Parts: sequence; structure tokens; C-alpha cells
Amino acid sequence: MTFAPLLLFFLGGAAVVFAAVFLSRLLAPQNPNPVKNSTYECGEETVGPTWVRFNSRFYIVALIFLVFDVEVLFLYPWALNLRDLGLYAWIDMAIFIVILVVGLAYVWGKGDLEWVRLRGSSAGSAREE
Amino acid sequence: MNLFHQIPLEIRWVVYVVAMIVFVSLFALFAIWLERKVAAWAQDRMGPMETGGFHGWSQTIADMIKLLLKEDIIPDAADRGLFKLAPYIVFTSSFAAFAVLPFAANLIGSDLNIGIYYIVAVSSLVVISIIMAGWASNNKWSLYGGMRAASQMISYEIPVALSLLVPILLVGSLSMQDLVKVQAGGFWNWTIFGNALGRGSILQLPFTIVAFIIYFWASLAEVNRVPFDLPEGESEIIGFHVEYSAMRFGMFFFAEFANMFLVSGVAVALFLGGWHAPFPFLEVSAETSLIWCNVIGTFWFIGKALILVFIQMWLRWTLPRLRVDQLMHVCWKVFLPFSFANVLIVSLLVVIS
Repeated sequence: MTFAPLLLFFLGGAAVVFAAVFLSRLLAPQNPNPVKNSTYECGEETVGPTWVRFNSRFYIVALIFLVFDVEVLFLYPWALNLRDLGLYAWIDMAIFIVILVVGLAYVWGKGDLEWVRLRGSSAGSAREE
Repeated sequence: MNLFHQIPLEIRWVVYVVAMIVFVSLFALFAIWLERKVAAWAQDRMGPMETGGFHGWSQTIADMIKLLLKEDIIPDAADRGLFKLAPYIVFTSSFAAFAVLPFAANLIGSDLNIGIYYIVAVSSLVVISIIMAGWASNNKWSLYGGMRAASQMISYEIPVALSLLVPILLVGSLSMQDLVKVQAGGFWNWTIFGNALGRGSILQLPFTIVAFIIYFWASLAEVNRVPFDLPEGESEIIGFHVEYSAMRFGMFFFAEFANMFLVSGVAVALFLGGWHAPFPFLEVSAETSLIWCNVIGTFWFIGKALILVFIQMWLRWTLPRLRVDQLMHVCWKVFLPFSFANVLIVSLLVVIS
């Protein structure tokens, strides 16, 4: 059991990409021009900057993900030692999971799990358009 | 064998990494050809037939050479550093996970005691590269495509990680080889069928099957396969790699095919007996012949993984693509509660038995 081969795997993966890009640099033509290098938005002229604020639903998904991912992080060591820890540890973790599932139920009830929300829809009344 | 052990360990590692690179490349070439043949079979046509003679076997090689000869375009508006970095991360992170994939009893890059944990951690790096690619392109469509892909992949990471917990609960180890070894002695001992040798009972049979089904479906979303291929449905919906061309674009698809084998390999190792044969008499033990033990083990491992890869391709022509709201619905309202209930019940069975 050792971690050294993992470093080799990371280096090997990067080397593959480098070799492919380098080979393509050697073989492929290089004729850039302003039109070719413009942003491709289906032939339309680009309007305004790209890096602007956008819909917060992605942010909410990220927040919910973070909560449950940290929970999974706690579950792995618990699963590993469950046989030794016994029923007491199971009850502990069941309480922990139930608390988070209540959080999921809250988010669900608020309608934040609905991807398509009507403008101005209030809690619980979100529905598909 | 003595000769083998005389070779320094470092050189053996390098040889193994190079062999893995060759394997992943050959697998990608084969899988792309197979994908087109499966598509053709599903639609009652022939698929590639011309290049190379027998059933167009060298079609993918020709495609690769074509990609190599294409001009590599980087948009003027793009963030050049991140734009170039994203293909490195996407391929490196999926390739690095191959280090702990157990191909046979003695054929594994490194049998980490946190093997499966390492796979979950490393393969989630793909999300970073997708956000990076979408954002650095400085294109509104690729930015939205990248965000959509990222929200899909992080959402489905939770059902994947929770369903992988079921075999870990039964075995009590995170090492890939430990997880495979307890499934010895025929297909009825595999984890998907309750894993009798992993100190389990027949009671957990339905829950291990549910765990496998949730894992398989959620892993389809992880690798952006149909019916969850919103990030890459290039014909209808623009994805995060719209600004990529030539070999950089090729790297995203190379990584996707590597990931297809990776998730199938993890499913085989954890649920379908790994390198164990379906019947005990089809195996060669390490005492009889170490080399044949590894050759036969590799055959079973890759064979089972290829069957799962074939099912992934088959599903592509069977199921329509989900809408983004349906996708989120399936993940958060179906898979997540079911996998939580699954983990709680299986862990209770483990504690009681």
C-alpha cells in the first residue's frame, strides 16, 4: 500500500494531454484571423459581457450539495467502523441523517428543488410552466 | 517470478502507468467504434464499413488522425490560461482514478486502504474542469452549459456516494481488493446478491440490488450519458465545450470514454464480483499459477465492465433525453431519499446481524 504510484498516474494523465496537444500543434495548420477567433454564438454578434450575474438556482443547488456532501464525508468513516461501534453509533447517525432529511424536506417544501419556477411564486406553490 | 521481483518497484510502477495509458487509449478507440456499431444496430443500419476493411475497424483511428490535423482555435476573448488548463484536469482526474481499479488479484496500481474514497474524490475533480472550460470560453452558451453540467454532476455525486456505501457497510473496508475478495466463490456471493461471505444475510438482498440500480443510473449522469446527456447533447443543446476544437475537444471525449470504463469498473468491483468468475471452477488460484490467475482475473474484470459499457450504449438508443427539471427531480426527490433509506436499513441489518 503506497501513494507513490498515484503521483505517477497524475503525471501520466497530464503527459497524455500534453503529448496530444503538442502533436496537434506540430501537425495542424495555424491560420488565425479575427473572424475565426471571435466568440461563436450561433453566428450572432456577441452582446455585452459574458461574465455577469446569473440565475441563483445554481447557487442553491450548490448549497444543498455542500450540505449533503459533507454528510457523506462523515458517513464513510462511520460505515467503516460500524460493526465495532454497534447499535449506539447507528442511532447516533440515524439522528444525524434525520436532521438533514428534515432539511431536505424543508427545501423540497419551499420549492427550491423545482428547476422551473413561476415568477413570484411563493413557498410550496411552485409548479411547472 | 524471481526475475519479476528483481525489477525495481519504481520501474514496475512506470510500466504499469504506461500500460494503463495504452489500455485506456485502446479502450477509447474500441468503445467509439462500438458505440457507432451499437447505434447502427439499434437503428437497423450498418454503421462504419469502409475504413480498414472488416466492419470499418479502423474508423476511430482515422477520426483521431483527423482531429490531430484540425486547427486548434482559441477565441480571442477566452481566458487563455484556464482554457488550456481545463482539458488537462478533465483527463488527468479520470485517468488518476484508474490507479486503484483492481484488474486482477495482483494487478492494481496501488491497493490503497482508502481506495474507493480516493475514486469518489478524484473523479469529482471533473466538475471543476467543466466549470473551468465553460467559464474560460467567454461564451454565454458555454457558460450556461458548464453551469448546467456542473449542477447535474454535483447533484448526482450524492446518490453515487451513498449507494457505494452499501458494499462498504457490508465489508467494512475501503480497499478495492478487500471489497472484491469477499465476493469469491460464485455469482451468488457477489455484493449485488447480498454478499453472503461479507458476513451478510439474505435479508439485505433487495437493498443491495436497489443500491446497484441507483449507482448505475446515477453514474450515467456522472459521465453525461443518455438519458442524462444534457451537458453534451451537441445536436440540440449547446454544451460547455462549444469553443473547443481539435485535440483539446478530443480530450474531453477521451476523458468521457475513460470515465465510462471507470464507472463500469467500479460497479463491477463493488457489486459484480470484480475479477472473480461467475462460477468458482472458472478461476485459477494464485497458488496454481500466478500469471494465469492474473490473466483470467483481468479477462473477467474487463469482460464484465464491457458488458456494462455496452448497456450504457444500448440505453442511449432506448431512452429519450430528460429535461433539466426532470433530471433534478429524479436526483433530489427519488434517488436521494431512496439511497438514504437504503443506507439506514442496510446499516441496521449490519449492526443487528
